[in-house]
Amino acid sequence: MIAASFYIISFIAIVSALLVIFLKNPMYNVILLVVTFFCIACHYLLLGATFLAVSHVIVYAGAIMVLLLYTLMMLNLNRSDEPARIPRNVVIGTVIAGILGMILFSTIVHIDSKQIDISTNGQIGGVKNLGKFMLKEYLFPFEAVSILLLAAMAGAVMLGKTKDPNQTIETFPTDINPSEPNK
Amino acid sequence: MNEVNQTVLSGITINHYLVLSIILFCIGVTGIIIRKNLIVLIMCIELMLNAVNLLLVAFSRYYGDANGQLFVFFIMAVAAAEVAVGLAILIVAYQHARTTNVDVFNNLKW
Repeated sequence: MIAASFYIISFIAIVSALLVIFLKNPMYNVILLVVTFFCIACHYLLLGATFLAVSHVIVYAGAIMVLLLYTLMMLNLNRSDEPARIPRNVVIGTVIAGILGMILFSTIVHIDSKQIDISTNGQIGGVKNLGKFMLKEYLFPFEAVSILLLAAMAGAVMLGKTKDPNQTIETFPTDINPSEPNK
Repeated sequence: MNEVNQTVLSGITINHYLVLSIILFCIGVTGIIIRKNLIVLIMCIELMLNAVNLLLVAFSRYYGDANGQLFVFFIMAVAAAEVAVGLAILIVAYQHARTTNVDVFNNLKW
């Protein structure tokens, strides 16, 4: 009975992922992507990766998606700004993704579908075990990631600030020609 | 703890997770091809990253090896950095062109 939760969560994840790419309003896309991420976090919980489930909700559903939603609202994009979709591209995209999916499926049909052996490694995804791994074997990548995040933050600030110190945010030109280079 | 997890995943094989990951990844690829909005393209990339992350966690559990879960943790950190820089680039591009349509940004197109 509980194994049915796998199918329910997978169904919700796939349907909301499909709606992410086929609905036209970007706001709905972001919110449905949050639903997909919550379903993936539930999958992590089913797999016993409790630490990753928590950090997935915090980092992805919390931080990254709120950042995306904030940007979307700040740019004031809505359905009328959504570029028109070319039906030919939709067909081509679906066909290409279908071919890619068939190639990937053909690689996995020969794998013995053994049941995931839970009994031997119940505690592997816990904070204790992962923390030991992270601060012993993966100490250098752990520190490198902190430098990477610092560099990303500095890069985002550098990109976001305007070049002219006198120019503030209210001087967004409303009638700029896209082909005209920035002065 | 072990008994609980054993009942939870009874009947679910590694192939179930492979199929789910492939479907999610292909949905992400489809979105990359058919959408024109830069923000939605970033979201589709996140979807593909998460499909791969899910598979890493499933195989980590399958082999009883914690390395896969740590890779997922580092991928999450890199993805956070990627989104921060990507959105900053998007803001600059929007200030420049007043649109997020990728068809406008074709200066590097051959």
